[in-house]
Amino acid sequence: MDFTTQLLIAAISAGTPLLLATLGGILNERAGIIQLGAEGLMLMGAVTTCMVYIRSGNLLLALLAAIAVTAVLGLVHAFLCVTLRANQTMSGLAMTLFGSGLSAYLGKSISGIPLPGTSPKLDLGWVKGIPVAGDIFGRMDGLTWFSLLLVLVLHLLIHRTSWGLHLRAVGDSPATADVMGIRVQLIRYSYITAGTALMGLAGADMVLAYAPTWNEGLTAGRGWIAVGLVIFARWNPLRALFCAYFFGALDSLGFRIQLLGSMIPPYFLKMIPYVVTILVLMYLGYRNRNKPSGTPESLGTPYIREQRF
Amino acid sequence: MSSKLLNSVPAKSARRLPIRLEYDASRTRSPWWSPILSIILALLLCAVFIAANGMSPVTVYDKMFRGAFGTSYGITETMVKAIPLLLCGLGIAVAYRISVWNIGAEGQLTVGAMAATAVTIYFPGLSSFWSIALMLVFGTAAGALWGLMTAIPRTHFGVNELITSLMLNYVALLALDYVVFGPWKDPKGFNFPGSPMFTAAQSLPVLGTTRLHIGLIFGLVAVAIYYLMIRFTRWGYELRLIGANPTAARYAGIHIKKHIIIVMLISGGLAGIAGMAEVSGVTHKLMQGISPGYGYTAIIVAWLAKLNPLGLIVTSVLFGGLIVGGYSVQTIGLPSSISEMLQGAILFFLIAGDMIHRFRIRRNA
Repeated sequence: MDFTTQLLIAAISAGTPLLLATLGGILNERAGIIQLGAEGLMLMGAVTTCMVYIRSGNLLLALLAAIAVTAVLGLVHAFLCVTLRANQTMSGLAMTLFGSGLSAYLGKSISGIPLPGTSPKLDLGWVKGIPVAGDIFGRMDGLTWFSLLLVLVLHLLIHRTSWGLHLRAVGDSPATADVMGIRVQLIRYSYITAGTALMGLAGADMVLAYAPTWNEGLTAGRGWIAVGLVIFARWNPLRALFCAYFFGALDSLGFRIQLLGSMIPPYFLKMIPYVVTILVLMYLGYRNRNKPSGTPESLGTPYIREQRF
Repeated sequence: MSSKLLNSVPAKSARRLPIRLEYDASRTRSPWWSPILSIILALLLCAVFIAANGMSPVTVYDKMFRGAFGTSYGITETMVKAIPLLLCGLGIAVAYRISVWNIGAEGQLTVGAMAATAVTIYFPGLSSFWSIALMLVFGTAAGALWGLMTAIPRTHFGVNELITSLMLNYVALLALDYVVFGPWKDPKGFNFPGSPMFTAAQSLPVLGTTRLHIGLIFGLVAVAIYYLMIRFTRWGYELRLIGANPTAARYAGIHIKKHIIIVMLISGGLAGIAGMAEVSGVTHKLMQGISPGYGYTAIIVAWLAKLNPLGLIVTSVLFGGLIVGGYSVQTIGLPSSISEMLQGAILFFLIAGDMIHRFRIRRNA
């Protein structure tokens, strides 16, 4: 296998948790709610997966637990931001702090214990026969295939169905949607919960495919990179796919340069994804300074029915 | 259409329930006891998790409280932790006043500590006065520069400052790792990552035999200056105007971009001072984990104090105690992350509490 193929494989593996978290962020923000808790939610998803998987040995149960725990946290965020109309930025920060504290506390007892298994590989014998593509696709695990399927489903859902139309209406103009008989609060609750559950799944994928044991703070800011990727992808699931893999490539590129015996200290190579996030967002901001950015119009503003006019 | 008319149209749920909740946006000031109540509720919530893990919450909280406030050693340690929280929290409060969400105090503190250490490495042998003064200047400047790197993308490229400031935290921590493992590593340090120990001239004076250093004075002076500036200067007035109504402020001809840059310079500079005070007053050398998350805790410190400078003094001592208490539960085999979990929970209840009192319960006719 040549360097490019290897890099692509690594990019997909490192990019999958970013992709799942970004899709979760897109669902939240399409409904008009800022979700900055991605980092804490990913950590909670990761620690839940580890705890349940180590104790029960059942992968499916572990994934369902991760989804359930983060969905409950999503309900808290939804209650604060939709029902109580609280500050969405602060609620997200609280989620991140609480998630990283609680995950460190719960994970103390299982720290360093290897998981009983990794994410299951799909056995696609016929794919492996294809040159280059076979190398890439033959190695992808179940969660990666799921994330690819999800991109397609969400793309069609948001842009081609009446449900997606309702979602976009709620994110752009909740008052209009309300007048048209769309249940704004119900839609916001549903998509926030679904989105946070995806962030939990992203955390699960990090431990299953990437680092098969729990370590305190193992996401190392990837939740925040996903928050940036939502903007980078302009709230579009198909773009999210390319953006997440691009960052996955950056992430593994640093590691690969190090393996090649470069003279650059590893600390600088590890800075690459963070610095590139800032630079890309600056470039996008500069390029789109006079254009609509694709932001859902009412992102961050709570909807108050009594103040509709 | 007036809101009264809209409310008279009963919603589906209102038809079933004898009472309904009515939102009143005019009730903006939450009662004075709401922060206290949110702390109590957070303690109760976390007690559930502690109990679920097989420990008695009473034992844990008792241990934390005694560790932080029970002995004179505990009290001075709490004060030592309160110093960086006060300085960072003040910086954060300045930025939040005009809705600039700086969460980069952690990185700004780190580069401040690094810049102060640079003084000890590149200008050794200065007199006590000059080395402390130079460290203070370098630390402040480095923190302010780190803040500027968040402000410029926001003002000139429209990049959300939350993401920038957080990314820069990770960059700063990696830079810290680089210098303590690389060029600044103490050759006599038994291969332990860290800079050489500071000399007595490079260390801040301490109170008696305790670890409490004069960084406390920096914090109190900063609070006093900030209070006077906000109350009595034109700049403070403009800041308050932007905070109250940014649209009106723009119509009044106030240059908002300029203010964002100024507050981020101040915010970063204060965190930089905190970093300088930490290395020079407490650890006396640069090493990994120079901050156990002071920059993040300071966010809650500022929010709990409702951005009030005098309130900040109280909340930073309280959270200093929470950190020390977190350390003391380690002696009974629990992770210190209990304090981080409590901090997140307090923030949850605080923002919920700020909104809940805006609802009135009304009986349906």
